[in-house]
Amino acid sequence: MSQDAIHPETDVETAGSPEEDVMVEVRNLKTYYGGDKPGPFGGRPVRAVDGVTFDIRRGETLGLVGESGCGKTTLGRTLIQLENATDGTIRFDGTDITTLNGYELKQWRRNAQMVFQDPDSSLNDRMTVGEIVREPLDVHEWGTPRERRQRVRDLLDTVGLQREHYYRYPHQFSGGQRQRIGIARTLALEPEFIVLDEPVSALDVSVQAEVINLLEELQDDFGLTYLFIAHDLSVVRHICDRVAVMYLGNIMELGPTEELFSDPANPYTHSLLSAIPEPDPTSDAERITLHGTPPNPRYPPDGCPFSTRCPARIRPPGYDDLDDEVWQAITTLEEILRERMRADRSIKDRVRGMLGLETRYSTIDEIYDEAFGDVRVPSRIEPTLDDVAEHVSANNESDALEVLKEEFSGACQKQKPEYYTVSNSGRRSYCHRHDPEYRSPEQTLDDRHR
Amino acid sequence: MSIETQLHDTASSQEPIIDVKNLQTAFFTDKETILAVDGVSFAIRPGQTVGIVGESGSGKSVTARSIMRLIESPGRILEGSSIRFTRTGTVQTFATKFDGQVVDVTKLENEYSPAQLLEDPSVDATPQEFDCDHVSEVSLADVLASGYADDLGIIDEDDCVFVTGGTPQNPTDGFVEITRVSGEAKRLMRGGRIGMIFQDPLTSLNPVYTVGNQIKESLRLHQGLRGREATEEAANLLEAVGIPDARRRVEEYPHEFSGGMRQRAVIAMALACEPEVLICDEPTTALDVTIQAQILELLADIQEERDLAIVFITHDMGVIANVTDKVNVMYAGEIIETAGVERLFENPKHPYTRGLLESIPGSQTGEKLRTIDGNVPTPTEPATDCRFAPRCPKEFDECTQIHPELVPVDGEDEDHVTACLLYPEDRSTPQAVEYHQRQARGGEDR
Repeated sequence: MSQDAIHPETDVETAGSPEEDVMVEVRNLKTYYGGDKPGPFGGRPVRAVDGVTFDIRRGETLGLVGESGCGKTTLGRTLIQLENATDGTIRFDGTDITTLNGYELKQWRRNAQMVFQDPDSSLNDRMTVGEIVREPLDVHEWGTPRERRQRVRDLLDTVGLQREHYYRYPHQFSGGQRQRIGIARTLALEPEFIVLDEPVSALDVSVQAEVINLLEELQDDFGLTYLFIAHDLSVVRHICDRVAVMYLGNIMELGPTEELFSDPANPYTHSLLSAIPEPDPTSDAERITLHGTPPNPRYPPDGCPFSTRCPARIRPPGYDDLDDEVWQAITTLEEILRERMRADRSIKDRVRGMLGLETRYSTIDEIYDEAFGDVRVPSRIEPTLDDVAEHVSANNESDALEVLKEEFSGACQKQKPEYYTVSNSGRRSYCHRHDPEYRSPEQTLDDRHR
Repeated sequence: MSIETQLHDTASSQEPIIDVKNLQTAFFTDKETILAVDGVSFAIRPGQTVGIVGESGSGKSVTARSIMRLIESPGRILEGSSIRFTRTGTVQTFATKFDGQVVDVTKLENEYSPAQLLEDPSVDATPQEFDCDHVSEVSLADVLASGYADDLGIIDEDDCVFVTGGTPQNPTDGFVEITRVSGEAKRLMRGGRIGMIFQDPLTSLNPVYTVGNQIKESLRLHQGLRGREATEEAANLLEAVGIPDARRRVEEYPHEFSGGMRQRAVIAMALACEPEVLICDEPTTALDVTIQAQILELLADIQEERDLAIVFITHDMGVIANVTDKVNVMYAGEIIETAGVERLFENPKHPYTRGLLESIPGSQTGEKLRTIDGNVPTPTEPATDCRFAPRCPKEFDECTQIHPELVPVDGEDEDHVTACLLYPEDRSTPQAVEYHQRQARGGEDR
């Protein structure tokens, strides 16, 4: 297994086969929301997509998975210029589309379309099915009106609806059929590239299977390239050629589907896969349950984005002998403090604090109780914890966090990891543990969770 | 807790805590009558998780809401349905609290016989509805509880506690009929004995009250706690469901919680009244897989701690496989297969269950996903055929003429039953068809 660090700015796909026919080339793409206003109303931006680099090959289906709020939809929308990129480039057959505007952008949009998640809200209830599917043709002044109507009927046929459905309204259709209407509209302008944003999440299992079959057929018939966004990993495993796993605006792992599913390299991929309930009651696979929720993308961690929840986090030297429970307790404490820092303090609380009365923030003992409970705390870390307690009692959470960080941070919290190639197929993973200096993620997870 | 209830509890692992018998819930619209739930029977036991699975429109949620008595007009639970809460401790409490609504079945048995009641022209019922082959097997409690005797003036409309053993003052056997509870008794049952968790935590929390206030509301109503004491208890509950820094969180509003936290808060609310049964209606469908894993783990812990009976409704076969002990597969308002979870996944019998399991992507290797063509029909008429027949890959002529009954798959074992004309397995198809006809005889005219 080769483990070479790769800088995200360089062309990473050389690791795979260079003769691959690349269609979309994304380099160091960032999409931030807000934060562009100067002055007191500016504030920090929400880093929805925070520097991603990948290629999409012609004719393939690239899966994009991750928890809600990880930026997968924003990435999809940026790729077809429904959102403006803050930084980085998207080259579509060599053209950087982030610089396009006006007429050029409109012309280019014929090439790239999107299918939305919710078939209830993405179809206008006041338009007939025919009008809905014809709209892109009208906008781009495709052919004569008669040809357009004919084309719409053909499209309805293509996606498995009846030609007579032209004059019906969306409410007369079931969820699966409505999603078919959305797909017909997407196909109207014969795009090459389609972003599928959770196209089957709102559907029942059996209907879901029908829509997936349809999408696969269409891909074969029209030579389409898909970006398939989903949070349901079993669907992704079925339909995608390669998968990118996203977390907090970063791609944590990217590689061929089967390989990634059967032998995940990144600790996050590990955790995500082990969280899927297997449809097999006899399975006794050990589940890694992640604690807490992803951090706020307005205040991402300094080091690895996953470092706040990672089950395989690198522990600082000198603390190797601490029990897992103590580490768990320290993480909980950190989480509570971070949460408190974020919370808005009401006027009532501030006044009570100034008067020296008990506020709901001053109960450090209870936090300790909760975090440490009956965990035996080794005497060597007690001074640090006392120090933290003092800061918290003085309502100074940021200093307390600083102390904790100073004392208990390993490489994961201090610096951003690099992309390592973890297999011959050019699979990349974003984790410090691929550095030969540390034990591999898999070994660590085995030790800590079994 | 009295010695009596303790004795009962030890023996209760096999005794059901809720017994749903022939539940029928219909919605009366101007256009048509929709039989959303059409004759569903199953039992819920303490410490056990019963799963209900099916596509949308199969009647899963209406079943759950019927047990909670949350069906609103134009919907109604029909005559002949019975949902019994059978835990003796609860029956005793209800018998003492609502002494005007108690029916002493033992005493009435001396005056009336079930056979005689069933022959009365105003009673439109057959023994089959009570899952009995002959009139002689029907008990008086069955007839009374399912509401057929109201018109005869034997019991009052608001009578809901049925005592079949001991005295009305100190019952040793009996049940509270959930379909008949009203007013104060209904409030005590709903929330106090049966808790419910809904799919979307944001809609089950009120955005203008703090989370603590909402938990305190149920503490006040059901436990009589107020003020500081209630706040303390609310914080303890939040802590119990794994919300860190609970003392501060109690005073926050729902929008300040993340999705998983909100669902935890809702679970804390349901637990506040110490229910014995928890109904979870797709509790993790709106959550991410990692958060779903956390919630499922929490529910399993709570169940072990409190010996809760859980009804788990979902359309996700993966979740069903992980959390349930027994599974009911529903289709168009009926249960079409029931089995222990391992048996069902290992050896599904009904073509619909097979289809459901086969259409899970990822579990199959072929190029194309197998599907079940068509949609769940909306049942508007009593069934005279198999409702799955139009979509069934194994359909044959009789399927459109005979309504299949739930029969043991291998002819004997009641633990794995399915409603399909192809079963019992040990009979040839014509024999099996005849068996179904015999089972259903007398039931056609309802």
